[in-house]
Amino acid sequence: MLPKRVARLRRVALIGLAGALTVSMAACGSKRGSGEGVNDTLVFGAAGAPKNFDPIFNDDGESFRPIRQMYDTLVRYKAGTTELEPDLATAWTPSPDGKSWTFTLRQGVKFHDGTPFNAAAVCFNFDRWYNMKGAAAQSQMIYYGDVFEGFAKNEGDATGSPVYKSCEAKDDTTAVINLNKAKGALPDAFGLTSLSISSPDALKKYDADNVTQSGDSFSYPAYATEHPTGTGPFKFDSFDKTNNTVTLVRNDDYWGDKAKVGKLIFKIIPDENARKQELAAGTIDGYDFPSPADYNSLKQAGDQVLIRPAFNILYLAINQKNNPKLTDVRVRQAIEYAINKQQLAKNKLPEGAYAQDQFLPNNVAGHTNSVAKFDYDPGKAKQLLADAGATDLTLNFYVPTEVTRPYMPSPVDIGAAITDDLKAVGIKVNVVQEPWNGGYKDDVQKTGKQDLHLLGWTGDYADAGNFIGTFFGRQKSEFGFNNPQIFSALSTADAQVTPDAKKSAYEQASVLISQYVPAVPLTSSPPAIVVAKNVHGLVPSPLTDERFATVSKG
Amino acid sequence: MTAPKPLKRKAGRIDDLASSSGGTSLAADAFKRMSRSPVAITGAVITVLFVLLAIFSPFLAPKNPYIPYDELRATLRPDSIPGPMPGFVLGSDQNGYDFFSRLLVGSQQTLIVGVCATLIGVAVGMVIGGLSGATGGWVDTLLMRFTDILLAIPSLLLAISIAALFAHGTQWTVIVAVAVVNVPIFARLLRGAMLAQRSSDHVLAATALGVRRRTIVFRHMLPNSMGPVIVQATLTLATAIIDAAALSFLGLGDSDPSRAEWGLMLGKSQSYLDVKPELAFYPAIAIILVALGFTLLGESLREALDPKNRR
Amino acid sequence: MLRFIIRRLLQVIPTLLVLSILVFAWLRLLPGGPAGALLGDKATPAKIADMNRILGLDQPIFVQYFKFLGRVLTGDFGSSLASGDSVLAEIGRRFPATIELSVCALVLAVAFGIPLGYLAARYHGRFLDNATVMTTLVGVAVPVFFLGVLLKYVFAQKLGILPPSGRQDVTIDATHLTGFFVLDGVLTGEFDASWDAIKHLILPAIALGSIPFAVIVRITRASVLDVQQEDFVRTAESKGLTTTVIRQRHILRNALLPVSTTIGLQTGLLLAGAVLTETVFNWQGLGSLMSEGIARRDYPRLQALLLLAALVYVIVNLLVDISYAIIDPRMRVR
Repeated sequence: MLPKRVARLRRVALIGLAGALTVSMAACGSKRGSGEGVNDTLVFGAAGAPKNFDPIFNDDGESFRPIRQMYDTLVRYKAGTTELEPDLATAWTPSPDGKSWTFTLRQGVKFHDGTPFNAAAVCFNFDRWYNMKGAAAQSQMIYYGDVFEGFAKNEGDATGSPVYKSCEAKDDTTAVINLNKAKGALPDAFGLTSLSISSPDALKKYDADNVTQSGDSFSYPAYATEHPTGTGPFKFDSFDKTNNTVTLVRNDDYWGDKAKVGKLIFKIIPDENARKQELAAGTIDGYDFPSPADYNSLKQAGDQVLIRPAFNILYLAINQKNNPKLTDVRVRQAIEYAINKQQLAKNKLPEGAYAQDQFLPNNVAGHTNSVAKFDYDPGKAKQLLADAGATDLTLNFYVPTEVTRPYMPSPVDIGAAITDDLKAVGIKVNVVQEPWNGGYKDDVQKTGKQDLHLLGWTGDYADAGNFIGTFFGRQKSEFGFNNPQIFSALSTADAQVTPDAKKSAYEQASVLISQYVPAVPLTSSPPAIVVAKNVHGLVPSPLTDERFATVSKG
Repeated sequence: MTAPKPLKRKAGRIDDLASSSGGTSLAADAFKRMSRSPVAITGAVITVLFVLLAIFSPFLAPKNPYIPYDELRATLRPDSIPGPMPGFVLGSDQNGYDFFSRLLVGSQQTLIVGVCATLIGVAVGMVIGGLSGATGGWVDTLLMRFTDILLAIPSLLLAISIAALFAHGTQWTVIVAVAVVNVPIFARLLRGAMLAQRSSDHVLAATALGVRRRTIVFRHMLPNSMGPVIVQATLTLATAIIDAAALSFLGLGDSDPSRAEWGLMLGKSQSYLDVKPELAFYPAIAIILVALGFTLLGESLREALDPKNRR
Repeated sequence: MLRFIIRRLLQVIPTLLVLSILVFAWLRLLPGGPAGALLGDKATPAKIADMNRILGLDQPIFVQYFKFLGRVLTGDFGSSLASGDSVLAEIGRRFPATIELSVCALVLAVAFGIPLGYLAARYHGRFLDNATVMTTLVGVAVPVFFLGVLLKYVFAQKLGILPPSGRQDVTIDATHLTGFFVLDGVLTGEFDASWDAIKHLILPAIALGSIPFAVIVRITRASVLDVQQEDFVRTAESKGLTTTVIRQRHILRNALLPVSTTIGLQTGLLLAGAVLTETVFNWQGLGSLMSEGIARRDYPRLQALLLLAALVYVIVNLLVDISYAIIDPRMRVR
């Protein structure tokens, strides 16, 4: 008798449990269903984990994406363009010699920790960067090094003399930044995400400068990992490393238009196919850099594939250091003649991509039609190789894997097409594939192990120097050449203050570069960002500088 | 009551197989039994077809599988890969190569990887196992203890760790990694088979006649131990092909984009699942079929050689 | 019994020692030696010399080994090259995910494998039997990662009935106590979170469980067939016991002995399968940690994971042996 009763009891308990389950599920469901509009959660698929959240210590898009939502810069780029518009500064004027910039600051702005934003805060940030101590910390300030060239005391890789001199807080709303020399990249470079303004209080409280390095890995202080404090429309909530999500919440005290969603989650999904499938399943609301192979199926599913203007360059770099034959300009020309860029653009890049004959997109001042041209001609390539006595050329070609870049949607396939073209003119190609995050960038840019490699660049702001100045402005192990003529042409151009002088100086530099063939410019292409049908208000930016505050779900 | 059944681990299964070594009459017997089993015939047919295809595929392929064709590249777009067209039976792959020719030639590359990995495993394993079985004593104990521990590491993990030692993937990375995994299997197998031989009548007789030990090992013990080795090699070929595909999938395989090997073709076509699923599915089906063929053949060989089945 | 367990425990020690030697040797086989491997791509001769001194590579090899052993025993595996975090912390974070997935995969494999294997044996030689045998053979021939890709393609992308990847919908905002998401949901009463975690588990568990499933079916079938031939079954039949009683009391119970040990042994193998499955399904466990580590050639992390996998395997083997001895006392004398 007893066993039967136990069995019955168990059954009753089970039914009860099932009932409870149903009720609670229904309850949860209704709770979530009612959360329309202002309390919506937007989930965006990211390809990689952010390194940390201190703007100054970052240089990659995956870290910048959340940072851009939490921070403001002095000036910013108008949504969908490369033009400047006011952000934390409402006005900015240079001195006639370009060595001093006066900023009029926005009033009534507060940092996320409640402290006020003012001229003193701006100066605190600039002084912090300039005075940064330690090789570890300095080596992580890539963009600061690019723009301001050096620190109070150079301890890391930077060897230049500092462009930055001092910062004066004239009154609460006026900050003056003094420079040692004029810099053509300014004022556009003031909008760089790296130069976002942090709360001085939080920087001090959370030991922000304390970056340490052990072996190859860097550790960042609490400010950069747990307490990033800016003035932006979203506040930091958490970085959950177990689930690989970064959660931001709306800043209800934001000085401008408040964010339209209550919560913004970046979910890290390294695999491109998985991002696509998650969007289809509705577990994310959008993701960046969809593969051009998926545009059709995404559109068919009703998703919005938003195309950014092409503001990038993909190039095949030539490293002259390891193979002496590559120092012969005829060999480098032969490589350029061998590559069918038109076909590459059609076969592997999205619609709107175009073949390039120089290293500037056609909407950047400095782009010119008078560059030396080497249109696809395998016959000529073979002839040049024979002339140079390089018919038995063997080259190590480095190709990145496990990555999608705005200028390069499927590097392995692009690499394959180039390999085929080179083989067709009799060049032997030894392909070396390396994961993008697994040593590729270091191997090609720092160590220079390669003869050829694929890389590219998305402009940070509308300035030719940001492209060709970054590539060819000084001797680099990526290219392994030393051409003082090109270096000086570029530094002259960078020091021009008036737009016209700057333009013609960069045009001259472009021509010089095209004659020298330090690398082969391949294509410029329009990258995309995709969001679900019900997501509105995302403006695709040529700089990949998208702001999620204007985005809503409906 | 029956005798206790020992645990069947990888090692145990190998020992079972080792004990089934025997002479020619046994082989003939086994062959007779196999020719009556539909499973064995299926396995044999798949295997033979695959090997023939692998050998003759370079002559069968209608196009050069290693160069792109302008006809295909003319209409190749990121989101549309040309389908069948005159001269190109299955159309293009993602790089403008002739997909059909690559599928055919892929059989050869796949077989090369499988066979090389297995043969290296067999060769090294046989040296170790033979040494162990022929000498006995502390050499035997030491070598076997070591192989046992290698057997204790899950094979794919072992292969991954070996492959990760190479800075850049090549075809040999995969072959070596998979071969290392197979070494302990064959070492233990050969040793077991030779021990079984040592106490067999003909070896005892030869020893009594005063035949030199070296002659006994090479003339009698080794040849008679080959049965189980062949069976295991057949089964290993199947796992070698699957493991090689897995390594390629994890990005530890060959970097050369023009190499036509099924595992690589499967791995590299993942992003085109929506555009042209055949690019992934056909190589996958080919791998499954071939692995199945070798497994069926190996399993029925094993059953046929098993003395328990000789009733 | 106790003596058996102690003897078996003592046998584990040399195995673990040899394993540690293997992993120790593994790092030394690396191009550029262990210092180069640990430093990664930024290794300069000066940095390598520095690291060599820190690691004590200028000392005799056995001293190095004992130092290595000391670090391993204290759980000091260094910090990951990829994330900069301590390897031990990384593993701790990811551990529950892999356990959750493995348990699920095993439950599926057992729940479907044993009945199917039993039925196949009962209808030996008939269609069901042949179909089952064929399925298991094909099942073993399908690469695990391809099965994963296929499942995802069909059930997530084409049919859209199950989530394609991850462990839980991020918008659910579930409370996590233990890191086992299904359990967490039950403990906190957030049953919808549990349900969502279960949905995320189904596809990866099927992919990971496919090989154990095939093995369990085959062992069950073979074992039941064996037992059916045994004398005591024939005796029972001749005694006139009903078929049901014979099946339940005699055949199934005896046949399950070898099956239970197989299940144990398969557990140790799941970690290897998890590398592929977790990569395909973006499952935040140890397997995907490993495949991310491979891409980055993150040797400190790989070293720790390799040791862990071997340790798990050895412990599982030990437990299997002990449980076998408990179930079948005859084993103890061997």
